[in-house]
Amino acid sequence: MKKIINDPKRVVDESVAGFGLAHADIVRVEMDPIHVVRADAPVAGKVGIVSGGGSGHEPLHAGYVGFGMLDAAVPGAVFTSPTPDPILAATKAVDGGAGVLHIVKNYTGDVLNFETAADLASADGITVRAIVTNDDVAVKDSLYTAGRRGVGGTVLVEKIAGAAAERGDSLDEVADLAERVNANARSMGLALTPCVVPHAGEPSFTLAEDEIEIGIGIHGEPGRERIKLEPADRLVDRLIEPVLDDLPYATGDRVLLFVNGMGGTPLIELYLAYRRAAEVLEERGIMIARSLVGNYITSLEMQGMSLTLLRLDDEMIELWDAPVQTAALRWGR
Amino acid sequence: MGLDITWAVDWVRQSADVIAEHRVELITLDREIGDGDHGENMDRGFQAVLPKLDDLPAGSTPGDVLKLVATTLISTVGGAAGPLYGTAYLRGAVAAGSAASLDGAAVAAVLAAARDGIVARGKAETGDKTMVDAWTPAVEAAALAASNGADAAAVLAAAADAARAGSDATVPLVARKGRASYLGERSAGHRDPGAQSSALLLRAAADTASVSAGA
Repeated sequence: MKKIINDPKRVVDESVAGFGLAHADIVRVEMDPIHVVRADAPVAGKVGIVSGGGSGHEPLHAGYVGFGMLDAAVPGAVFTSPTPDPILAATKAVDGGAGVLHIVKNYTGDVLNFETAADLASADGITVRAIVTNDDVAVKDSLYTAGRRGVGGTVLVEKIAGAAAERGDSLDEVADLAERVNANARSMGLALTPCVVPHAGEPSFTLAEDEIEIGIGIHGEPGRERIKLEPADRLVDRLIEPVLDDLPYATGDRVLLFVNGMGGTPLIELYLAYRRAAEVLEERGIMIARSLVGNYITSLEMQGMSLTLLRLDDEMIELWDAPVQTAALRWGR
Repeated sequence: MGLDITWAVDWVRQSADVIAEHRVELITLDREIGDGDHGENMDRGFQAVLPKLDDLPAGSTPGDVLKLVATTLISTVGGAAGPLYGTAYLRGAVAAGSAASLDGAAVAAVLAAARDGIVARGKAETGDKTMVDAWTPAVEAAALAASNGADAAAVLAAAADAARAGSDATVPLVARKGRASYLGERSAGHRDPGAQSSALLLRAAADTASVSAGA
């Protein structure tokens, strides 16, 4: 394992400290318990939005703290949900009197810790609503699994809900909108290589030189199927077809196409994949109204990608285009 | 012979040692079907409990120790294991109440309350390939031993043996809860790391109880 780290136990603390120094104009970093808040938090009268989860998915979530998106992010240990204490501290720090929305990716640990924090915040008189993202079609949503994972769609939920909170929507309005975005988003990913959790020191799974995993999540967990490497267009088809068929997306729909890198994939490959995804959507008569391409929700140094489609309506488009000023997304301001 | 504060503190110290000793094993099990953090998180949690044991006021009870473990694990472990084990110890503390000493029946009641807490939080059932698969047989064995008049140490020994068998029995199962459930059929053939850590903690309880009883 070769990594640019000091003590594996200090990776998250040292990285978050650096993030705070680099973006002091946008965020404030608290180290005990660890959380990242907007520099001007709490914003009086505005719904506060808190997200969080295991580290290792950067820029998610701290990279999305700032004007027009999140009010706070709570980074846990690598691939491990944060405990309730920092989630509660972040919730209190961003409560501007209009309530707080928790955006939680659907993983057992994240849900349990955010639930506990929400209970504690309620006991302190803060109104909290939670929305759990679950856009990954690779996992069968049934009684026999923990349910679909929250993956790429989470970034889109955070941007659109953040814009709604910024324009002054109420907690219920922001939460309902977040639910609507999640309900219209679907994703699927693949990996060419595993990733190495710093304190584990070994790859999360092994793949032969010519093998790939289809249907991976964002924690280095293996996917549902292992196949031989194929040309990019065929790989894109393997991801986009289950996504298209699941909602399903139909002729005439307007979508946001999000091609996401898992951390170790260069943009040249992501744009190459985008080209094929756009071709497939055109064949189906689906219009790409907005796009996002890059490493936005990652799995450490994993090589791979995920595709996310979001079916847009006029309000979502307006909120997607609204100004945002965070470390990882910035436009219009 | 009942189990008192000395046993409870010994159990926690032994738990920290055993988890540290098995840290890499738990990480490896979790990497196979989860995300590879279970050993690291549990080790962080129990190491955080150790210094707090020295601050327990005089007259503390086994229930106080369980409560201390609960709040520390909830605050330090994270993941699913933090809230699940935290709830288990918290419910166990409530069941132990303010008793200075726990007899066989009381120990069985503590274990049952802990298991019920895990089920209430995690909503897993027996056979889902989770820690419940270690806890449920342990609770049943403890109840049986207690009803036959076994003392506290013997109740814990029965529970530890059953938890070990329960952990072994998770190997062929297909996971239906937690992160391993994403693997579907591919989760079969691997031991569940939560069932394994549960078996280790109950073994530590039994081993320290037998030392207390012998002393």
